[in-house]
Amino acid sequence: MTPTRLLAGPAIPAGAETIADHRQRLGPRPRATRRGELTATLDRSGLLGRGGAAFPAARKWAAVADRADGDAVVLVNGAEGEPLSAKDQTLLTARPHLVLDGAELAAEAVGAARIVLYIGGDHANAVRAMQRAVAERDMVVPTRLVAAPPTYVAGEESAAVQFVDGGEARPTGVPPRPFERGVGGRPTLVQNVETLAHVALIARYGDAWYRDIGSGPTRGSALVTVGGDVAYPGVTEIAYGTTVRDLVAVAGGSVDRSSTAAVLLGGYFGGWLRAEQAADQPLDPRSCRDAGSAFGCGVVHVLPAGRCGVVATARILDYMAGQSAAQCGPCVFGLRAIADATARIAAVGTARSDDLAHVVRWSGQLAGRGACKHPDGAVALLRSALRTFTDEFDRHERFGVCVEAGRQGRAA
Amino acid sequence: MARDDAVTIAIDRIACDGRGLCAELLPELIELDDWGYPIVAPGSVPPQLIDDARRAVTYCPVLAFKLRPATTAESRASAPARQPLVARQPG
Repeated sequence: MTPTRLLAGPAIPAGAETIADHRQRLGPRPRATRRGELTATLDRSGLLGRGGAAFPAARKWAAVADRADGDAVVLVNGAEGEPLSAKDQTLLTARPHLVLDGAELAAEAVGAARIVLYIGGDHANAVRAMQRAVAERDMVVPTRLVAAPPTYVAGEESAAVQFVDGGEARPTGVPPRPFERGVGGRPTLVQNVETLAHVALIARYGDAWYRDIGSGPTRGSALVTVGGDVAYPGVTEIAYGTTVRDLVAVAGGSVDRSSTAAVLLGGYFGGWLRAEQAADQPLDPRSCRDAGSAFGCGVVHVLPAGRCGVVATARILDYMAGQSAAQCGPCVFGLRAIADATARIAAVGTARSDDLAHVVRWSGQLAGRGACKHPDGAVALLRSALRTFTDEFDRHERFGVCVEAGRQGRAA
Repeated sequence: MARDDAVTIAIDRIACDGRGLCAELLPELIELDDWGYPIVAPGSVPPQLIDDARRAVTYCPVLAFKLRPATTAESRASAPARQPLVARQPG
């Protein structure tokens, strides 16, 4: 179940693969031409963006290539602000040349004269590996590295563009979008690092090869970060369609009612599933969405039995409210109010009588009312929690009872 | 009915300051959340409300209230005009 495509080659802890080893293992990087065959190959491959939104890569490339009468820019997005995700930093640290191959192919295909590597500044190993890798090769166009600030919204496309241009890493939201007007006013392809690494392999082996693995509606492989109650947390590669049960087993855990309270898929923009729902859930964007959750950036986080989903959700919402770019009223006031009310419900004995009713009502009002999708992601997670932990919310609200209360009592 | 000239309300959420004039001028399509920020009814603006929507564009004090051409899907689904909570005086 564990394909080795992006992570084939030397062991991950060995650190960055050198350019010599990379070329010996995979051969030279193929060339691409503007609006050429590679974009069509990507389209046939069905490659989806891996930043979380699962937008078809080929459509993004075509949009930038078609609009760039002058030069475009490729912005390689490795900000990875999602706290539960480590797949981008792992990839950058271990396989920097795979990402750079993809970035160069993208630059050729969309007609870009510059590449910007936008890497999470607090991911020191990733930054160092990419600096060394760029120095090891002659990049096809001028390439510079910009350290992204360690905030949740810094990886949002328009926030990334604004920061690279010397502004704050806050979403701009309204049109034009980056593919129309991005870095330096140029049409800009903003693409996640994992997406570009897949491009490096698809350019070599073709779309049929890419689609050869995976089951269900989405083909190919994906990096995932498994965490929470597992013996071996970390990053691995799966074929799309792998079930949560099989993935968690590889990480030394299990998903069953006796040991697992719930599983969070997709990270803080994702959704909770009960253990019995999660076990057979195939991991791919469409199947996860159909189940009321999300594949997102490939996070699978196991909440063990005895831990409370209301408490876990309250912590995430508090973080998300704190990570608001503080630009749009519904996010500044609405998301903060939701987080505060959920925190009062979670800390038994402090909820006001109307807190849960407010949380339910507000959770239906926030989506689509920000310059970016930050509030949408946060309330999607909340709504999944309200569905998944209905009984827990009810016990918190009506009886002031939390499954963690005993633990807390003993600890105190 | 799909209309070629159908428009949709687009709020610049960063500019919007929650002044609430849009909800006064166009209560059929705009309600305010608990903090005074607009919640827009989905779909395109029904023809009989276009003039009111244009007034909201003009009078929004921070110029955050905009109209843009509706997408095909939006123009098929005209926003269901809600009953205003308070009947407006003519004139």
